[in-house]
Amino acid sequence: MSDKDFIASMDSDARRSPVRVAFVTRRTSPMVEAADEPQVMTYPEVLFRVLVAVEIGVVALVSMALLWDAPLEQLADPMHTPNPAKAPWYFLGLQELLHYFPPVVAGVLIPTLVVVALIVIPYFDVNVHGKGLWLTDKSRRLKIFAAVVVAFCIFLIVFDVYVALAPTLIVAAFLLLAALSAPDAPGRFRRWLVARPISFWIMTWFLMELVVLTAVGTFFRGPGWSWVWPWQGGF
Amino acid sequence: MAKTLDHYIDTLRGTRVWRSVFRGGQGASRLHNVLAIQQNIFLHLFSAKTRRRSLDLGVTWYLGTLTFGCFAILFITGILLMLYYHPSVPQAYADMKDLQFVVSSGVFLRNLHRWSAHAMVFLVFAHMFRVFYRGAYRPPREFNWVIGVLLLLMTLLLSYTGYLLPWDQLSYWAVTVGSNIASAVPVFGAKIRFLMLGGHVVNANALLRFYVLHCMILPLAAIVLIAIHFWRIRKDGGLYTGEPAARRET
Repeated sequence: MSDKDFIASMDSDARRSPVRVAFVTRRTSPMVEAADEPQVMTYPEVLFRVLVAVEIGVVALVSMALLWDAPLEQLADPMHTPNPAKAPWYFLGLQELLHYFPPVVAGVLIPTLVVVALIVIPYFDVNVHGKGLWLTDKSRRLKIFAAVVVAFCIFLIVFDVYVALAPTLIVAAFLLLAALSAPDAPGRFRRWLVARPISFWIMTWFLMELVVLTAVGTFFRGPGWSWVWPWQGGF
Repeated sequence: MAKTLDHYIDTLRGTRVWRSVFRGGQGASRLHNVLAIQQNIFLHLFSAKTRRRSLDLGVTWYLGTLTFGCFAILFITGILLMLYYHPSVPQAYADMKDLQFVVSSGVFLRNLHRWSAHAMVFLVFAHMFRVFYRGAYRPPREFNWVIGVLLLLMTLLLSYTGYLLPWDQLSYWAVTVGSNIASAVPVFGAKIRFLMLGGHVVNANALLRFYVLHCMILPLAAIVLIAIHFWRIRKDGGLYTGEPAARRET
């Protein structure tokens, strides 16, 4: 900018010079980097879309509220325990774990570890560009991977947690497939697998365990937390 | 007809009273659009301009927006439900029956609150996993991810405390199961459970505590965190739309 058409100056009198210029420094604003991208005005473009999205959500939920009634059972009776007594569905994964492990492990240790793990993800995951797990140091990582999977599976079997075994083995199988694939493998899916970083694998395993444990607790558990099939009318 | 309506709206927006509230004034220029955001205490949490690409459905699936939509529904229906509810035993349950048989649209109100609560828990999880798989949690957005995790906990606590309020068998025993977990905390377990329930078992004190948490403390905490969450989107450079290098190619 050689031919400036402005003069930079300081003036605190808003009546005389009402235009203020904000000097944005690189350090504080990550926006600077991508300023050349096409932009739209938040009002009305974004607000309109938000309104439409929320409106669709409202229509869906109002329809649900008109079609299905919220459950309401008998008056609470401390003398009469229903069997099984179930927590809300989003805690049934935890309740399923309580079936296998002592309360201090399933109810305190595991949830605390999950929350701490979630919080530290962005600080721990220094692999910003998401380099594939197997792309460097493959043979050593394969040994660590094998040891961890075998040890964890033995641990699950010792505590009879067969339910949690399936997601672990599925993720392990895909990890192995990724390890056996070359970065320039012919299949698109295998190329995609190879490029996945370790955070992807851990989170996917966590998501699958969450879904499986919650589904088992919701649909497959009957009186005395025994295994029932959903079609047996156990819930 | 449309022109007449526009005319009236423009006249209204030009009046002194309107201008004293919304200083942006009438008109559809870019300056007016910027002022509409920047001069509004709620909207100024957002940036005046947004990257075109961050509006694509595939980038966010609007999961965060929908979660907030659920929160708004819950806020409104929750206030209406409070008008018909007494946090006492066994009146709380009688109020549920009144909602069912006496209050106009009472069933609908409770249904909407309940299903929106379930939807919000589901959406907040979906939002979290979506953000993770997009890689949007990485610097400079790491602190907003932490706020998000706190909001997930707030959502779960809100849903859990609300679960007890109907005071039926379902809610009573679900909360009993949950509060038993709290007593498994080493050393302080029994104390934490006592603090949570206001007694050794789930009783009228527990109902009152859960009511205060559900209708006052947790919503206030959630609103503050939501405000920070939204504001940080602007401060962290807008929604994540991919790596800069990848963006330039598209």
